[in-house]
Order: sequence, then structure tokens, then C-alpha cells
Amino acid sequence: MSQTTIDPRSLRAPPRRPLRLSWSDERVRAIVWQILVVGLLGAIVWWLWSNTVHNLEVRRIATGFGFLNREAGLPIAENLIPYSPTDTYFRALLIGLLNTLKVAVVGIILATVFGTLIGIARLSKNWLLSKIAGVYIEVIRDLPLLLQLLFWYAILQGLPGPRQALHPVGGVFLSNRGLKLPWIEWQDAHSYALLAFALGAVFTWFYRRDAIRKRIADGRPRPVWPVALGCLVVLPVAIWAAAGAPWTVDWPELRGFNFRGGLNMSPEYFALLLGLTTYTAGFIAEIVRAGILAVPHGQWEAAQALGLRPGQVLKQVVLPQALRVIIPPMTSQYLNITKNSSLAVAIGYQDIVSIANTTLNQTGQAIEGIAIIMVVYLSISLSISLFMNWYNAKIALVER
Amino acid sequence: MSDITLNAAAKVAEAAPRSAPITQIGFVGWLRANLFSGWLSTAVTLLLAYLIVRWAIGFVDWAFVNAVWSVPNNQTQACRDLRGTGACWAVVTEKHRFILFGTYPYDQHWRPALCIALFVGLYIVSAMRRFWRKELALIWVAVLAVIGVLMWGGVLGMPYVPQERWGGLVITLILATFGLALAFPLAILVALGRRSQLPAIKAICVLYVELIRGVPLISLLFMASVMFPLFLPEGMNIDKLLRAQLAIILFAGAYLAEVVRGGLQSLSKGQYEAADALGLSYWQKTGFIILPQALRLVIPPLVNTFIGFFKDTSLVLIIGIFDLLTAGKTAIIEPAWQGFGIEVYLTVGAIYFIFCFAMSKYSQGLEAELNRHRRH
Repeated sequence: MSQTTIDPRSLRAPPRRPLRLSWSDERVRAIVWQILVVGLLGAIVWWLWSNTVHNLEVRRIATGFGFLNREAGLPIAENLIPYSPTDTYFRALLIGLLNTLKVAVVGIILATVFGTLIGIARLSKNWLLSKIAGVYIEVIRDLPLLLQLLFWYAILQGLPGPRQALHPVGGVFLSNRGLKLPWIEWQDAHSYALLAFALGAVFTWFYRRDAIRKRIADGRPRPVWPVALGCLVVLPVAIWAAAGAPWTVDWPELRGFNFRGGLNMSPEYFALLLGLTTYTAGFIAEIVRAGILAVPHGQWEAAQALGLRPGQVLKQVVLPQALRVIIPPMTSQYLNITKNSSLAVAIGYQDIVSIANTTLNQTGQAIEGIAIIMVVYLSISLSISLFMNWYNAKIALVER
Repeated sequence: MSDITLNAAAKVAEAAPRSAPITQIGFVGWLRANLFSGWLSTAVTLLLAYLIVRWAIGFVDWAFVNAVWSVPNNQTQACRDLRGTGACWAVVTEKHRFILFGTYPYDQHWRPALCIALFVGLYIVSAMRRFWRKELALIWVAVLAVIGVLMWGGVLGMPYVPQERWGGLVITLILATFGLALAFPLAILVALGRRSQLPAIKAICVLYVELIRGVPLISLLFMASVMFPLFLPEGMNIDKLLRAQLAIILFAGAYLAEVVRGGLQSLSKGQYEAADALGLSYWQKTGFIILPQALRLVIPPLVNTFIGFFKDTSLVLIIGIFDLLTAGKTAIIEPAWQGFGIEVYLTVGAIYFIFCFAMSKYSQGLEAELNRHRRH
């Protein structure tokens, strides 16, 4: 018994047999199946492709993206960068992409804030608050988003005209022309101050990381707040003051039949933003609630027993654990907001889908138009997933 | 000292047991614990109660007290005179047949109505656990066939109704139900393919799922409506509803596949190994051991995904298919009824809500029931 030694490698990997050309060999079956499936799919794609080429020839549609350099001639109401109908299709589509990003980014921020608040309200000990949050979540999630968008748009269109605009607080006007808000007149000094703030934030972040590292090394606390105050408040304000401290608020006022000045949100944009935010907030609220509930009660009690203040308990103990549960489903909600912003086409907000759709109707370039939509959304989805995966990996539990 | 203690103890022993203070138990206790537990909680309760009462009074005034329920011969002046102080339910009274059945011939409306009842019956039967057997698939095939016959007609004395005239709620139910029934088998195949050890098949499945999940449903619907006709040989044409249905199946298939894959992954490896040890072939292993367990695990998320698709079928509005939402939107295009969108959307919303709420409550109940054995 003891003399028979078994080579441990032979237990793990069975000896590679030569490939027998027989149906009873698993590897042969695997190869045959794969060839069959790939061949079948390839044949279908080839058939569709040859039909398409033939149809395009019959209809005399030129393929390719040459049309992007032609004059678009389509008016666009909202543009972040200058645009006129004499510009090219390429620029029109770029405007559409920017409009999509404008609603998606603002929507993601608002929905996160609003959804987190509702999720916390759902967990409140106050019965009435918790029930109201519950009813909100249930109702908003059980109605199609498109219906909600049409509903908000119908409400905005039913508002009185600019002369009888709703005027809840000074400088804010809500009418059937959209929402008007006061806004500061943007000057170079503001841009410099903003730049200083951004650089200061980056510096503070690195400083804080360094301070924590040193504290772990020698145990001496190093306060971060003086640096943060200097970089985030004092320096930007000083730069702003040095540039002449411009501060002119641009108040919207009624001139004739419409408003002048201020920040303008069109009814289409406002309805889309409102619909996307309230809808997605319902889903985010449930994610936040599940995340907080996922932290065992013992963690709260242990943190309190260590003498941490309630704010510290939340920040240092509960949130880091809850975020691990929250981040993956939150990522898919952010992707959903971006994809759902394509419903803009139903209420006439000119996002990338709406403009690509007009383009393909005007030029007949159906394949290219839809390819552009798909590439744009695939790139946005991929970027958001990559970023959130990086963030998720950063906060993931590090086990020894 | 000890004297006093003794006396006190004797006194307490004599006293009759008292109930807890009125402020701690019963209704008052509940109020104190849940609504007025501190000054902040009290303030929140009072503020919310005030807002709710104010809003409720306003809503009752608008929806019932000042509302107009019907008008003669499309004369909507009575509604316009309200100037937004009351609802014009007359638009719903007048157009409800149109919203529910679209342009289906008026004297044949009983047919789509019967189809809606059949769909609802099918959902209820499928929801009952006692019917979760292989025969359920046969019931589905039979009911869906009956619905097809009812809608098209042309037999049994029912006049033929072309598909272009179908509309309303029944289209929504058709898109959602046929979409699920066909996307589900596709999803199972794709989920199995994604976990397959054959690299080519795995690659195809990953590509399909990620591509579809990365783009909005609208782009697929546009593809079905403007690009699909280019794919087919000359002379061959598929009608628009079927093309949209195909897009929805492809879309739903990718999302359901991910749900099913979640179930496959949550099974312990021992199940696969035990099946292999018994000498079962791949399909025997999958059909008898893996799928029955994996699918049971993912029923609640499957129902949630189905709610999502039920809502998403409304997107066919954008390519001009006459579903419930499109019918509602079209009902107020007529000049006489313009501007009464809120009433129509509330009504249409109520119909969507009934379906989705029922499914969502069912899914929650099912989840609790299926998880009961894990609560130890």
C-alpha cells in the first residue's frame, strides 16, 4: 500500500486523449454544436444583409456617413453650444447628444437626492411620513414612465400664460412657457473662482488621504478642515474678489408676451426632468431602504456602544456597509435614467433620439441613423458601468 | 430602614394589579409612539396632516364636486367654463369605448372585451401555485389561440377584422403577454448559453445580452419600424404590430435571461455535480435538476421584470401602434376635446395601475411565502 505512490497530478488532470472522430466524444460534439449554431446565425445574418444591400440598391439609397456633412436645415429649440439650421447634420446630432447628457446628468443628481430622502422617510419612525413615502413609491413605480411624462407635459401646457404666470417666490415664474429662475450673469471671474474651487477640491482630497495615512503611521491627528476651508472657500472667494467681485443677478421679467432674462427651462425639458426624476426616485428610494436595512442592527448598537455620535455612526459605520449593497442596483438605475431620457421624443424635447429620428426621416439613412443612436447609448452605458464598477471595487469589502 | 421596606412590600402585594397607563397602550399609546414621539415627529405629523387635508379637499372639489360627468353631442363648452376648477370626466364618458378598444368595429366590441377577460383569467390561473404544472403551458397555448381567433374572426359567424383596426387595452395585453410567453423560452436558452462551456455559444449570448441591455427600447422599436422592412426580401412584408412584438421579445429576452442566470448562479455547485455523478446528460441535468430549482428561486424577480415590460409596452406609442396609451392620447386630438389630457391620463393610469399593483402585491406575497423556510 505504502509503496504504491500516486502522482497527484494524474488525479487532477485526466490524460489528454487523442480526439476521436466519434459522436460519443464530448469534445467532438461540442465542436459540432458550435459550428452548427455559428453557421446558422451566420447564414441568417448573411441573408438579412444581402436583402438589405439589394433593397438599398432598388431604392437608390447611398450608404455611408457622408450625409453628416450636409446642411441639416432642422431647427433646434434648445442648444448648449451655438447652432443654426444651416449647420451640418453632425453638429445637429452633437447638440442632441448634449441635450441628452444635460437631462441625464441633472436627472441623476436630482433623483439620487430625492430618492435617498424618500428612502429614509420610508424608514422613519413617524407612521404618517413612512406611509406617505410608501404610497408614493408604490404609485410611481406602477405607472408607465411615458404616461407620467405625457401627464406632466399636459399639466405644464394647462398652466396659465406668461402674463398670469404662477409666482410662488420672488424671481420664479411657472407658466406654459416653462420655468424661469433667477441666475447670476456669468463672467470670467466666476469661471476663475470655479476653477480654483475644483483645483482646491482635488488638493484637499489628496491632502486628506495623506493626513489619514500619516495618522495611521504615528497616531497623531492632523486636522483637515483648515486646509479645506482655505482651498474651498478662502481662495475662490479671494480670486473672485480680486477680479472685481462681479455680482449681478439676472432676474427674469415679463416683457410683452414673454419673459426676458434669467435661466429658462422649456416646458419640454422641465416635464422630462420632472418625470425622470420622480419616476427614478421611486426606485432609488427602495434601493436605499434595502441598503440601510441590510446593515444588521448589531452594527448600530456596537457603534453606539463605542461612544460614536449618531452622525458618526451613520457616516463611519452604517453608510460604508450600506453603500456596498446600494451601488450595483444604483448603477442600473443611472443607466435607466440615461436610456429613459430617450422618451423625450414623445413630448418634443430634442435629444439625440429625436434628432437622429428627424435626420433619418429627412435623409432616408435609416441604418446609419439607428446605428448612431445605438453607438451613442452603448458608449454612455459603457462609461457609466465602467465608472461605477471602479467605484464599487474601491468600496468593496477588503478581506484578508 | 428594613421596616419601611417590608411595609411597602406588603402594601404593594395587597394592591390590585393595575393596567398600564392609558398613554402607553391602545390607540393613544399607538399615537404617542408612532405620530407624536417627540417635538420633531409631532411637527412633521401636523404639517403632513395639514397638507394632506388641504390637498384632499382640493382634489375632491376638482374631481367630484365641480366635475362635469357628461355633455351632449361633444359640446364641451360646459367643461371649458370650469377653467380648471373641476374635472371634465365627460371626455372619459364619451371616449371610454375608444380608449379601451380603439377603432375596432363598434358592434363587435364584445370580442376584445372577452379577450381582455381571457387574459385576466389566464393571469389569475398562472398566479395560482396549484396550477404550476406542465399543463399550464398547454392552457397558455390554447387561450392565446382562442384570443387570436376572437380578434381576427372570419370564422363561426364573426366578421373578419384586420389587424390595423385593433387597438386599446387589448393591444397592450397582447404585446405584454405574447412578449413574455415567447421571450421566456428564449431567455432560458440564452441564460444557459451564457453559462455554457462552449466558447462560441457563450460569446454569442454575452454579445446579445449586453448589446440589447445597452440601448434603449425605443431604438429597437425604431429599428423594427424603419429598418426591418429593409432586411426582408422584396415583396415580403410583416405588419407593424408583429415587428414591434418581435422587438419587445428580443428586448425582454435579454433582461429575463439575466434574471434566469441569477437563479442558475445561486444554485450550489453540488447540484450540478450530483447530476453529473448520476450520469445524466446535459439536457437531462438541466431539465430535471437545475431549471426546476433555479426558476423557482427567481419567480419574484421574474414578476417584477414582467411589470417592467407591461409598462414598457406603452413605448410603442412612439412608432404609432394603437395601444392603451396611444388610444388615450388620440382621444384628445379632436379639437372639441383638446386640453383634457389630465383626465384621460388619470383614467389610463388607473388601468395600468390596477394591473401593475396586482402583480407587484402578488410578487411581494410570493417572495415572503417562498422565503418562509429560510427564516430560521
